[in-house]
Amino acid sequence: MFEQIIITIATAATPLLIAALGELVVERSGVLNLGVEGMMVMGAVSGFAVALTTGSPWLGVLAAIVVGALFSLLFGFLTLTLVTNQVATGLALTLLGIGLSGMIGESFVGQPGVKLGAIYIPYLTDIPLVGRLFFGQDPIFYLSILLTFGVAWFLFKTRAGLTLRSVGDNHTSAHALGINVIGIRYLAVMFGGACAGLAGGFLSLVYTPQWIENMSAGRGWIALALVVFASWRPWRVLAGAYLFGAVSIGQLHAQALGIGIPSQLLSSLPYLATIVVLVLISRNRRLTLINTPASLGRPFVPDR
Amino acid sequence: MKTKLLTMAAAAAAIAFGTMAAEAKTKACFIYVGPIGDFGWSYQHHQGALEAQKELGGEEQVELAYLESVPEGADAERAIERFARSGCNIIFTTSFGYMDATNAVAKKFADVKFEHATGFKRESPNVSTYNSKFHEGRYVQGIIAAKMSKAGVAGYIASFPIPEVVMGINSFLLGAQSVNPDFKVKVVWANTWFDPGKEADAAKALIDQGVDIITQHTDSTAPMQVAAERGIKAFGQASDMIKFGPETQLTSIVDDWGPYYTKRIKAVIDGNWEQVDVWGGMADGHVVMAPYTNMPDDVKAAAEEAQAKITSGELNPFTGPITKQDGSEWLKDGEVAEDGVLLGLNFYVAGVDDKLPQ
Repeated sequence: MFEQIIITIATAATPLLIAALGELVVERSGVLNLGVEGMMVMGAVSGFAVALTTGSPWLGVLAAIVVGALFSLLFGFLTLTLVTNQVATGLALTLLGIGLSGMIGESFVGQPGVKLGAIYIPYLTDIPLVGRLFFGQDPIFYLSILLTFGVAWFLFKTRAGLTLRSVGDNHTSAHALGINVIGIRYLAVMFGGACAGLAGGFLSLVYTPQWIENMSAGRGWIALALVVFASWRPWRVLAGAYLFGAVSIGQLHAQALGIGIPSQLLSSLPYLATIVVLVLISRNRRLTLINTPASLGRPFVPDR
Repeated sequence: MKTKLLTMAAAAAAIAFGTMAAEAKTKACFIYVGPIGDFGWSYQHHQGALEAQKELGGEEQVELAYLESVPEGADAERAIERFARSGCNIIFTTSFGYMDATNAVAKKFADVKFEHATGFKRESPNVSTYNSKFHEGRYVQGIIAAKMSKAGVAGYIASFPIPEVVMGINSFLLGAQSVNPDFKVKVVWANTWFDPGKEADAAKALIDQGVDIITQHTDSTAPMQVAAERGIKAFGQASDMIKFGPETQLTSIVDDWGPYYTKRIKAVIDGNWEQVDVWGGMADGHVVMAPYTNMPDDVKAAAEEAQAKITSGELNPFTGPITKQDGSEWLKDGEVAEDGVLLGLNFYVAGVDDKLPQ
């Protein structure tokens, strides 16, 4: 049972983690994309549709990633090339994504989907207590952990990561140094879109293998909040996502046990606990300021 | 498709929508709490709306308009008022939380007819309320659960602590206790009507705590899929969910709103609409049970017998003796609960393993 609960927590945390990591990279490059929810739900519908029509969940995952990235390109074009307001454009992207996905998915409602199954390694998966936890989950779970390593390594250990952060901190200086600010931001936005799409694909192919309109149910917004409360640090995003998942599942168990705490209070616990813990972690104001991308949300028009 | 785009536009609160109804047509408008693609509550209302339109002569005669995912509360009032202004002749508001908003708007538009689902307030003569006795179906499910469960505990995924949901939990348990007096039900409140992920998590938590039957009063098919994956049985909700658990679904309460919507819209066309308070059950065709599947013949026979008795009026789920959760007596032997009490139900009967949120 214990192992089962941990796996349930991992399943709840994985989409938040993936979407938040993508948004983290976007925001580190100085762009605020509030369209995570929209890109996520577009990923969910396209992943589901492709998996169902081809019969291959892997093609579905691929479609979710590609569609997420393409959809974010729309945001990129509007905010980076046409320099529209990032907040308004991001919100519009979410509304568009929810409406458009509902339209695309209309004929898929009420159809059981194709599930991307858990992996199975002979002997290893069968180890009692921990086998399924470490060697028997769905492939995207492992990908999400690798992604955390990858993003942390890329941002803080590579030259390209340093360049991306410099663009996010001061785009004028970066431009003066000859860095292609707009180009880098395009790539970051597309990475964010791909991650959000993958998170959506996870929902419709692993978490609950079906298409239901608006099935992301606000997870994109939670991912966005995680990035801020984790003060733009990948490992803190992971901690936040798992904390949120753990308290969410924990409160359901508390309810099922019938311990008599009002369910409204229990239901709000994941939000409260995650905010409190991440704020406590990030309470050093100086360090938080260092981590905050200084150009976040500010439009950039290169002077020629 | 056009309506979809309209929905998006409305959600953005950007444009007042509205092709005005042509003179001869009757315009029927629907407010849904979820997306019509939820394959549950809102989906069934929309199916009912489409059926009514078809029955009454198609698009030529009846124009449909709808808004999806309208939040309960202040937003709802704006949405309903916008409908009232845009030439709707009759407006159906299909969730409990629209009650005050519906009545507030109805006072301002005396010519428009309002129909509020699952509520009890009719503050002006142009407001009707309608509901279905879903608890009749849940009583039958309780009987099935008690006969099928080895653990003697069922898991109940609930949405919000409103009378409708509390009634369902009580009725389910009473049905189960009519078979096994020691039967228990564990309740988890998801605090949402619709969040597939959360509903799935709730089902997993309940199964991990040893329940071997899952039933739900939330709107998505996710709990059914989880039950199928874990190899236990479950009941569908609002629509027939057999496709999501061919070897899992025992039965499902199917909400059939079509006949009622047809009748009411026709009344508007004929000019004889009157205020009503309808609470239809199995006998009226409001509550339909999906085929009894994945159970032995004797269980099926028991379920069919109970359904027949409820339909004929011989059996009322809320017939005494019934004890409240706190041990006090609610109904004496043979006493039947009044509709008014049921529609405001805010306590559990004995045997529910949960404290009711107030």
